[in-house]
Amino acid sequence: MFDKVLIANRGEIALRVLRACRELGVQTVAVHSEVDAEARHVRLADEAVCIGPPEASGSYLNVPALLAAAEITGADAVHPGYGFLSENADFAEIVGQCGLTFIGPKPDDMRAWGEKVPARALAKRLGLPLMEGSQVMTDADDAATKAEAVGYPVMLKASGGGGGRGMQIIRDSATMRKAYPRARQEAEAAFSNGDLYCERYVEEPRHIEFQVLCDGAGKVWVLGERECSIQRRHQKILEEAPSVAMSHELRMDMTATIERAMKESGYRSAGTLEFLMDEKGDLAFMEMNTRIQVEHPVTEEVTGVDLVMEQIRLAAGDEPTLTDHPELKGHAIELRINAEDPDTFVPWPGKITNYHPAGGPGIRIDDGIFTGWVVPRVYDSLVAKLIAVGPTRDIAIRRLRRAVDETLIEGIRTNLPLHRRILHDPDFVEGKLSTKFLERLAERTSIG
Amino acid sequence: MVAGPQSFAPPPMSAPPAAGESEEETVEGEYVTSPFVGTFYRAPNPSSPPFVKEGSSFESGQALCIVEAMKLMNEIEAEFSGTILEILVENGKPVEYGDKLFRVKR
Repeated sequence: MFDKVLIANRGEIALRVLRACRELGVQTVAVHSEVDAEARHVRLADEAVCIGPPEASGSYLNVPALLAAAEITGADAVHPGYGFLSENADFAEIVGQCGLTFIGPKPDDMRAWGEKVPARALAKRLGLPLMEGSQVMTDADDAATKAEAVGYPVMLKASGGGGGRGMQIIRDSATMRKAYPRARQEAEAAFSNGDLYCERYVEEPRHIEFQVLCDGAGKVWVLGERECSIQRRHQKILEEAPSVAMSHELRMDMTATIERAMKESGYRSAGTLEFLMDEKGDLAFMEMNTRIQVEHPVTEEVTGVDLVMEQIRLAAGDEPTLTDHPELKGHAIELRINAEDPDTFVPWPGKITNYHPAGGPGIRIDDGIFTGWVVPRVYDSLVAKLIAVGPTRDIAIRRLRRAVDETLIEGIRTNLPLHRRILHDPDFVEGKLSTKFLERLAERTSIG
Repeated sequence: MVAGPQSFAPPPMSAPPAAGESEEETVEGEYVTSPFVGTFYRAPNPSSPPFVKEGSSFESGQALCIVEAMKLMNEIEAEFSGTILEILVENGKPVEYGDKLFRVKR
């Protein structure tokens, strides 16, 4: 096991990693920008280093500063969390070259899964089900031809994109010819990669993803699925495990398929395979995320597996503590509490004048805030995750409704009112979900 | 570096004074801070004399010290001419971004 882990992140995930390290008996080094000097992960860490100015480019994305911080503190491993440098294969490689361990996959695996078109090809080779799609397009006419072969409507995607960026729905060839050149320019500007391709567009899909842990030497644990259909502009805001849309047979089937694929790939670390479920209930691979995800707690709550701890163990070359496929027990739902206006979604950072998190049976809070904390303007708006677990989905929902009412966050605006609407919505309660859920909810709310 | 773990308590409700604000009333001069995380060295190598001493005057652009990070020796240059009043970090000690290295007078 490592002696000292540097946590190259901030907010709730930095605290989550710190907690796992503490329980493993590993020392922690927090890094922070100037505005995060008083943050909880900084105060609770064994050591802390200020690495730069508020802007992430000078601090949390500043590779030399992170490495220097590891050097002066004598850390022997780096945990990247999610976001920032967590999927940057070059960073992982440099960390390795400096004699430190990157807590994540091998850089080559990060590269293999990090770009969409090569990742699709890899997924196909590994036998994962794919959405009908095209190869990389060469020009506007080729784009129209390729899209026609796939069948409209299609989603035009940037190979280098991710997190919902660089995508648009195209419904006919004329539009495709018009959209292609600008999309190419935008992809070039945003991702330094102008490659575009398209996939069949499912109007109201569900987002289903599977959590895996792999030791890179033939052992693969598939830890069930999460449903993350409730999204706004491709940003998830509520996630649950298991999915009501997944039959036992389909879950067993997918578990076997993913286990085979991951064994063959030689992947090592925690990872998530994301799928779209179409109207018929068929799953198609979208992408693989080679990091710990925001919504990992719902899987932890229904499997009893500490994913962050196992991810650290795998990186250290230690045996994971889980031996067999753990059984899924009960139902867990996570709400992302964002510092934003609940109606306009405009970020609403500022000073938290009063904070009282919910408690009681079946409630877990992963947060990074406290009374007096100033939510900085420069980072992600996620301030806390409220997770409920119960023997059934219905009980988990009741617990969440209660917990939302108990939660007090004053001084900033949060999306808690939106979560309250979701939790009382009949379609949500019945499990009628799709990635269009929030749009439909807004329509219903404005009519009602 | 912050020693820890610290007991967890919210910070005072009134904002603390900005760094240096209260000191400026009693302490003469201004500060040269570290632009990097790394290790502070007063001389270009162990056998050389230090770049500056207390009382040394320096010119704009002159190297005042080195902050070494990942084997890279970054010379920290003065942005103006002045005099060193106090050296605030011991040779060979780690420094964080923004740490005060020298108290100086323009």
